[in-house]
Amino acid sequence: MKNLLKKKTTRTDFLTYLGVIVVFVIMFALQQGDMLKNSTQGMLVPVCCFVVMAVSLNLTVGILGELSLGHAGFMSVGAFSGIIAAMSLEQTIPSDLARLIIAIVVGAICAAIAGFIVGVPVLRLQGDYLAIVTLAFGEIIKELINCLIVGYDENGLHVMFNLSGKLSVENLNMTENGVAIIKGAQGAVGVDKLATFPMGFVLVMLCLVIVLNLVRSRTGRAILSIRDNRIAAESVGINVTKYRLMAFVISAAMAGSAGALFGLNYSTLSSTRFDFNTSILVLVYVVLGGLGNIWGSIIAAVVLYVLPEALREFNDYRMLAYAVVLILVMLATNNERFKAAPSRVIPKRRKGAAVNG
Amino acid sequence: MTEFLNYLISGISLGSVYAIIALGYTMVYGIAKMLNFAHGDVIMVGGYVSFCAVFYLDLPGWLATILAIIVCTVLGVVIEGLAYKPLRQAGTLAVLITAIGVSYFLQNAAQLIWGTSTKSYASVMPGNLSLGGVTIPYISILTIAACLIIMVVLTQFINRSKLGKAMRACSEDKGAAQLMGIHVNRTISMTFAIGSALAAIAGVLLCSSYTTLNPTTGSMPGIKAFTAAVFGGIGSIPGAFLGGILLGVIESMAKAYLSSALANSIVFAVLIIVLLVRPAGLLGKYVPEKV
Repeated sequence: MKNLLKKKTTRTDFLTYLGVIVVFVIMFALQQGDMLKNSTQGMLVPVCCFVVMAVSLNLTVGILGELSLGHAGFMSVGAFSGIIAAMSLEQTIPSDLARLIIAIVVGAICAAIAGFIVGVPVLRLQGDYLAIVTLAFGEIIKELINCLIVGYDENGLHVMFNLSGKLSVENLNMTENGVAIIKGAQGAVGVDKLATFPMGFVLVMLCLVIVLNLVRSRTGRAILSIRDNRIAAESVGINVTKYRLMAFVISAAMAGSAGALFGLNYSTLSSTRFDFNTSILVLVYVVLGGLGNIWGSIIAAVVLYVLPEALREFNDYRMLAYAVVLILVMLATNNERFKAAPSRVIPKRRKGAAVNG
Repeated sequence: MTEFLNYLISGISLGSVYAIIALGYTMVYGIAKMLNFAHGDVIMVGGYVSFCAVFYLDLPGWLATILAIIVCTVLGVVIEGLAYKPLRQAGTLAVLITAIGVSYFLQNAAQLIWGTSTKSYASVMPGNLSLGGVTIPYISILTIAACLIIMVVLTQFINRSKLGKAMRACSEDKGAAQLMGIHVNRTISMTFAIGSALAAIAGVLLCSSYTTLNPTTGSMPGIKAFTAAVFGGIGSIPGAFLGGILLGVIESMAKAYLSSALANSIVFAVLIIVLLVRPAGLLGKYVPEKV
């Protein structure tokens, strides 16, 4: 164990796990002791979802090095497939926990399939072109789900695409016991709120284990080498397409699982909830947390999700303040003159560090 | 047939608006190599300024447009100077997030100043022209004409004028341009000024055709115009024009004949297909990577 902890990366990873566990234990104890405000209580599960989203997008943007602007699309696929799975199995599997797990798994699988379908064409492109195509796919997924009408009765699932905009649940021809699950533009209605905070924690831990182990493995090193220099990676025999697709699909699957949990946390959910702005929101978490830095993503996701809620008292000004903070943080972390400012105030410390180093 | 012509004209008119926005996008991208997500919100500001000029100050439409152009040009230069200039040396993602921050800022500032409710916008040029069963709104004619004029003037400006030459030089190689005595920062500011002025014109034309205005008016046309710029080959001025017109026509036709709910999806699907066949867009130059 001591030898293991000598490696800096392993230490960082264990500290990340430890931090998440400690925060969970504290929050869970507070929740059980009924010491949380209602608004905080309501934020526990979404925060877990967005932490998973940030970690999964970090896999694409930070570790694979490709800018994706349509990550909310995968979350959407996961959310709606998860909701369909959870609601149609209501009679067969009475246990809430089992249905929640099944929903998350189904969400992850469906999002992985979507990720594969999107990834094969998208990963032929590079840079900004890739970014705009992921944006396009995100919008397409949003509109397709917006047209979806799904119901469930004894005969099984009824699925219909409302292309003309004139169809409704009645056109599904369900029996009397049928339940409408997704009502087109209205989205999913009457969803059982199965999501729980402990499940969110388990999901976060699971994604962390997957991503951190992936990054430290042979596969992860291959992916990192593609990010750093694609041509050099190719020249030493790394199958670029395979590894890029692998990272992209894993990232999509995790986004899908987060989506399923998120979807089952609300009684109604519309596909417009997962639009371009949601993708951007997650991207902001990843960039502010630090590209390729997993614990940075976690902290950024938690802080930036809670911050607008905490600023509620400023009401109209809160999003304005959020925008200003965002711009200032980007300037402060990326501009040479801003970066140099602290060393001008405390010049000796820097000098000393340089001599020692 | 008449129906088809009507849809075609409304498509070309919508496409002309996209083309004007896309021209601004493509110029900024070509020179600063950044995705300026705040561009769409400058359109919205242009719309609001002209709205206020007409509604509160009772100015005529053309004067309101000029006022909008001036305000947006100043806004564009200020945004560039405060938010983007300090990040010249930073990575593309940092600039992208800053642009998103600026976009949020403009949207929320507009919400505070003008409220969230949708304003009804009086067209700067009301009325229709009837031509043997086909009705063409005057604003469509104006839009198409404005787009053509802007396109011609801009091409001449880029190819003939000294500043245009400086812009081309900066977009090719900033370091070399600086060595040749070109003031790179000033050139980039000028590009933002031109792009924002175009956005203001597009804002007035867009709001005149749709007659509604709210703080998020600009974001979807902004994204679509960006798509148009990529579609035609980003960085290429004729490409932006062609991409914009094609996108407008496809959108209008898809809405009319296929499915109104999926019109945007069809537009984006066409973009994806084009990019798969021609990875640099219709008129973009594909530059293979040198090792």
